[in-house]
Amino acid sequence: MSETVIELRNVTKTFGSVTSNDHVSMKIEKGEILALLGENGSGKTSLMNMLSGIYFPDEGEIILNGKPVVIRDPRDAYELGIGMVHQHFKLVDVFTASENMILGIDPKAKLDRRKIAAQIKEICDKYGFVIDPDKKVYDMSVSEKQTLEIVKVLYRGADILILDEPTAVLTPQETERLFDVVRNMKKNGKTVIIITHKLHEVLSISDRVAILRRGQYIGTVNTSEATESSLTEMMVGKKVELNIERPVADKKPLLLEVRNLNCINPEGLQVLKDINFDVYGGEILGIAGISGSGQKELLESIAGLQRNEKGSSIIYYQPHSRDESIDGDQLVGKSPREIRDLGIRLSFVPEDRLGMGLVGSMGMTENMMLKDYRSNGHIFTDVKKPRQLAEKIKDELEVVTPGISTPVKNLSGGNVQKVLVGREIAASPTVLMTAYVVRGLDINTSYTIYHLLNEQKKKGSAVIFVGEDLDVMVALCDRIIVLCDGRINGVLEYKPDGDNKDFNKGNIGLMMTKIDYRDTADGGKKDE
Amino acid sequence: MATSLIQLLLGAVAFGTVIMFGCIGEIITEKAGNLNLGVPGIMYLGGIASLASVFIYEGSTDAPNKILCVIIALLSAFIASALGGLVYAFLTITLKANQNVTGLTLTIFGSGVANFFGGSLNTLAGRFEQIAVPVTSSAFKAVTPLSKAGTVGKVLFSYGFMVYLAVITAVITHYFLNHTRRGLNLRTIGENPAAADAAGINVTKNKYLAICIGAGISGFGGVYYVMDYIKGTWANDGSIETLGWLAVALVIFTTWKSINAIWGAYLFGILYWMYLYIPGLTRSSQEIFKMLPYVVTIIVLIVTSLRNSKDKQPPAALGLPYFREER
Repeated sequence: MSETVIELRNVTKTFGSVTSNDHVSMKIEKGEILALLGENGSGKTSLMNMLSGIYFPDEGEIILNGKPVVIRDPRDAYELGIGMVHQHFKLVDVFTASENMILGIDPKAKLDRRKIAAQIKEICDKYGFVIDPDKKVYDMSVSEKQTLEIVKVLYRGADILILDEPTAVLTPQETERLFDVVRNMKKNGKTVIIITHKLHEVLSISDRVAILRRGQYIGTVNTSEATESSLTEMMVGKKVELNIERPVADKKPLLLEVRNLNCINPEGLQVLKDINFDVYGGEILGIAGISGSGQKELLESIAGLQRNEKGSSIIYYQPHSRDESIDGDQLVGKSPREIRDLGIRLSFVPEDRLGMGLVGSMGMTENMMLKDYRSNGHIFTDVKKPRQLAEKIKDELEVVTPGISTPVKNLSGGNVQKVLVGREIAASPTVLMTAYVVRGLDINTSYTIYHLLNEQKKKGSAVIFVGEDLDVMVALCDRIIVLCDGRINGVLEYKPDGDNKDFNKGNIGLMMTKIDYRDTADGGKKDE
Repeated sequence: MATSLIQLLLGAVAFGTVIMFGCIGEIITEKAGNLNLGVPGIMYLGGIASLASVFIYEGSTDAPNKILCVIIALLSAFIASALGGLVYAFLTITLKANQNVTGLTLTIFGSGVANFFGGSLNTLAGRFEQIAVPVTSSAFKAVTPLSKAGTVGKVLFSYGFMVYLAVITAVITHYFLNHTRRGLNLRTIGENPAAADAAGINVTKNKYLAICIGAGISGFGGVYYVMDYIKGTWANDGSIETLGWLAVALVIFTTWKSINAIWGAYLFGILYWMYLYIPGLTRSSQEIFKMLPYVVTIIVLIVTSLRNSKDKQPPAALGLPYFREER
């Protein structure tokens, strides 16, 4: 069983001045499911990219079945039986499943679509996949695309499969199905390497766990001997404070009053239905829900980026106008600039960081300028202040970058997020909206971000936190609104000195799936 | 009326053939993800290379062989155009220069070189002050007896062989792109080079090949123009450039499907020549009619965008350089 199929010796890869993999030496055994665990930027993906021929190592050697091999490009990798399913799918949208399947294989052969479809079906039956060979990729769901990618690798006869964060885009049910398939592949003698940073998945699927930290190989342990905390310790190196603090603010002024908010998207679907809620300063308001339940539209409505239906109302109250008689400002129908010109300080950390939040080809300084280049009142831009701000964010948030003028698209995901959050917080917002702010970030960076959000809360700002990790939300938020299919399905409140039995992720999970948790018993029976 | 309609059709086919070659070559190039705006320049290079080489050949012998003339013309045009494509490919693929800028430069370069040598050839031709390659031109313009078979024969068969070569090239290109694995691989590069690379397709090699072969085919448009359309001479009037841009517009009109280039090119020809057959037009209103091919191209763009049909869009990675290790 413990026959080594791949051995890496002193493999090193650097990008510019950043060392992605630093003399990594490790062994992968035949027929095992190996989890490759590490924080973001620990070099998991680039290490595997060297096996699949996307990157070429600067130093070191790769030994396959006892023989040193050179993998110059993905074709070499396929010939050696190594196939990788990348995190960003490498599919052609306008092609069908079967056309994607045969890309690059045997160019001299005939293009017999029916024969290919039959071959696909054979693989699908063997491992338990479902694929329609004639379906175009642009009509496929994310999980279908992933299935296609895996079948593509198997079709090429790979014996060693590398899956890069395969569960990041899947629902829990889809994840379970994927794991069944992975176990099936193991039964058929394949070696599977799964890159991940989700500990519970590591424990449920893998035989062994290899851990990388900051580009260095830390060690490999048998999963049966590992626990979440032992793995975390290897992964982060130092003991991580696993409790998120939840400070209590003294004042809680009403800042936003959302009433009858309705929104219909360009496809004609009603994505927000009669949303009513209030937002207070000094609290973190969580918004939970299955992705696509209206979270994005809700935040964009407040930020002035959505068109809302008639009768929708979002009133903003200046934090110091405690006088009841002073009216707030209506935000619906105003552009982000009009909102800013009212003196309203909203900050928005959108889900799509490099698309909506930052300009990828600009450096940190220029990205700082985007927010307030208009404010200095003359035609020339002032670079000095943004540069100071960029330096400050770089130092305080420990942004790893060769310099503040390096294009931000060259930074890793976590560092990009730090730049964006740093900029938005620097504007000292009264309402800070964040969407999936820690998505794809490692534990340390996530905690840095949580800390920053708490700092804002203590200052009296309102923080709207759209999240996906329910454990984090329960630990961090003061109130949680649960969205389901564009509606508010329930609100949970944490009472600093009261009974918080109901404030748990089980209840949130139930609300996310349309069942009011108070009548679970009845609702459950009706469904059956 | 019937005669003028036939005249219009004959003119349209001849006109359409020039831009059909340009268009097919550009489709192959764009399917590999490269937008080559050097089509006019490449057609110039093809035209002047064929003219110069057969001029030398015809001058070197007393009894020029017609078949040899045609081979020399086509071969030299293909080589010159492919070399133009090679320069473009080297700049845009290997050196990752901006494709639009490089293509436009190629157009300026091609037209400059061609008109310089075209003028020189006219001087070399001496007292006639106009270069002529009568043997080659007559070979290009040769028709079969079928052209005498009434109106149908006239409309279908009264053209030189390159008219049919253009149609065959369009059909072969269509078959290659849609029904062979190599064609599929090439389209993958234009759609998603990272996917092609991960699938083991050699992106750089295929791009080079597609651009050079595409340029070679585009260059045939110049050959047809010089040898058949203007009967084996050279005119420094910028017509090839106009035709080259129409070829680029035709690529969009066909929604990147070479089979559509067959009727699309003739349609462009009809639209372009229509002003001759509409009575009562002044000089300035004639010019408005010459715009029609561009107007229909814009309409096609609007319609396909409105319908948002994913199969009628340009290759997704058109115009973007590819570098494997970029993050």
